Amino acid sequence: MRNRTTTPYVLVLPAWIWLALFFVVPIAGMLSLSLTTGDVITGFQQTFEVGNYVTAVSTYWEQILRSLFYGACATLVCIAVGYPMAYWIAFRAGPHKSTYLLLILLPFFVSFVLRTISWRFLLADNGVLLGTLKSIGLAPADLQVLNSTPAVVLGLAYNFLPFMVLPIYAVLERMDPRMVEAAHDLYAGRIQAFVRVILPVSLPGVFAGVLMTFIPTSADYVNASVLGGTHNTMIGNVIQSQYLVNNNYPIAASITFVLMGLLLVGIFGYARALGTERVMEVHT
Amino acid sequence: MSAHLGTEAASGRGRTAPAAPARTVRPRRRIDWGRYYTWLVLAWLFTPILFMVAFSFNDPAGKHNITWQGFTFRWYANAFAHPTLNEAMFNSVSIALLSMVIAGVLGSLLGLALGRFSFRGKQLTNLVMFSAISAPEVVLGAALLSTFLMMNVTTGYWTTVIAHVMFCVSFVAITVRARVITLDPALEEAARDLGAGPFTTFRLVTLPMLFPAIMAGGLLAFALSIDDYIITTFVSGDVTTFPLWVWGSTRVGIPPQVNVMGTLLFGVGVLMAVVNVVMARRRS
Repeated sequence: MRNRTTTPYVLVLPAWIWLALFFVVPIAGMLSLSLTTGDVITGFQQTFEVGNYVTAVSTYWEQILRSLFYGACATLVCIAVGYPMAYWIAFRAGPHKSTYLLLILLPFFVSFVLRTISWRFLLADNGVLLGTLKSIGLAPADLQVLNSTPAVVLGLAYNFLPFMVLPIYAVLERMDPRMVEAAHDLYAGRIQAFVRVILPVSLPGVFAGVLMTFIPTSADYVNASVLGGTHNTMIGNVIQSQYLVNNNYPIAASITFVLMGLLLVGIFGYARALGTERVMEVHT
Repeated sequence: MSAHLGTEAASGRGRTAPAAPARTVRPRRRIDWGRYYTWLVLAWLFTPILFMVAFSFNDPAGKHNITWQGFTFRWYANAFAHPTLNEAMFNSVSIALLSMVIAGVLGSLLGLALGRFSFRGKQLTNLVMFSAISAPEVVLGAALLSTFLMMNVTTGYWTTVIAHVMFCVSFVAITVRARVITLDPALEEAARDLGAGPFTTFRLVTLPMLFPAIMAGGLLAFALSIDDYIITTFVSGDVTTFPLWVWGSTRVGIPPQVNVMGTLLFGVGVLMAVVNVVMARRRS
């Protein structure tokens, strides 16, 4: 049965090659670029210059911390907003569950950039939304939303909310309703049944949702540049401008590695604390 | 109190069972706050979409399409008045189609292998896929650009296709794998018992059963590709896609044609979603 043993390798080979060439090798390439010195004119030499990392962290520690903080805030907003919604759809939406899920996903057929820019126009001082709210007296006349921390955090939460709702929904939907009934039979009130039965069951979904929102939000730069103005730049903005505007590749690659390292440490710490299979189970 | 009532109910049930029908508790007429809440969040999700659609019918006075001036169909009649925008849109759609086909084929083969066979390197494959999915876009873009720079590859149309296929493959593979796992191997055995060779079995039995998952994976790849901004900015060189064009025009004023194209794309997305739901209903 030679055929049986070679078949899987034949099937995976094209994707393996693609992922190796354009994902694994580039990460290694970036590592090597982060250890070079030089500039665009004289070229870059492989000098194993670890100092790039020192420069990167000492120059941009503020943006790094701000990114992690914004990502954490946006993730918390997503949990606070998304959990009750996932709960209601899973337990109360009855036959319309899939319709509600579809409604959550529909806005995402519009380009991410276009949606974020739309928020900029809606929230401008005299914009369509904020201006209208001000003119009917629902918002104070001197209220400014754009170019602030809340604007960036809300923009991030807006763009990544489905990544929190869907995994939580997935675990709640699979939950056996008899477990809740059993809790009630054992005289648990609504709050007790939630805290002691529903919440523990839903935690793997929350964990997966946290991974899927925290990683992209803390590395995003679109929301920070569109909604945050000049004082709320994140690490993504730095990476983007160092690569594409200043062409300062060694430093840019170092910062990217620092970001990746921080996120990896976070993920592994997180997975160890919770058990990897619980995280992977929902995620994949 | 509740304990007392509970015992009474239990003993009462004991006396009248088993012939008596299950006691139905009349649902109390409570306000379903969860429903209002869910619709409120949906309203939040749809706000920028409504803005975009409404302002595709606006007749702005100056270059900035941000205050409502009057209703017009003008921009739909002149949807293709900006040659560079048309080119960007054409690039976006053609790159998305190429990514859909290439990532669709590679990802389906990978998903089939992962779902059906056990082979050496399976764990590693899962790990690489998991990393490729969870790595932030800015890291993927920066890594690819670093490598293209070091290899002296000029970035442009094809490097963008390469990048898009790279980040779509894992999503397709996961979608297909989920379907492969649920397939009944007895069906393929039956085909072999009836004298079908491996290729005939695959073509006539396996492939048709996997087709919905392959389509779903391909559409996901299309959607991810056409919406991508961050990775594309790193690897597209002088080539402009729709999100990049929109971003570039924010300073000089986004023409209403952008809203028109966004609205049309959204319409196509809604249509596909509705067709998908209808087809799923009919199948079940």
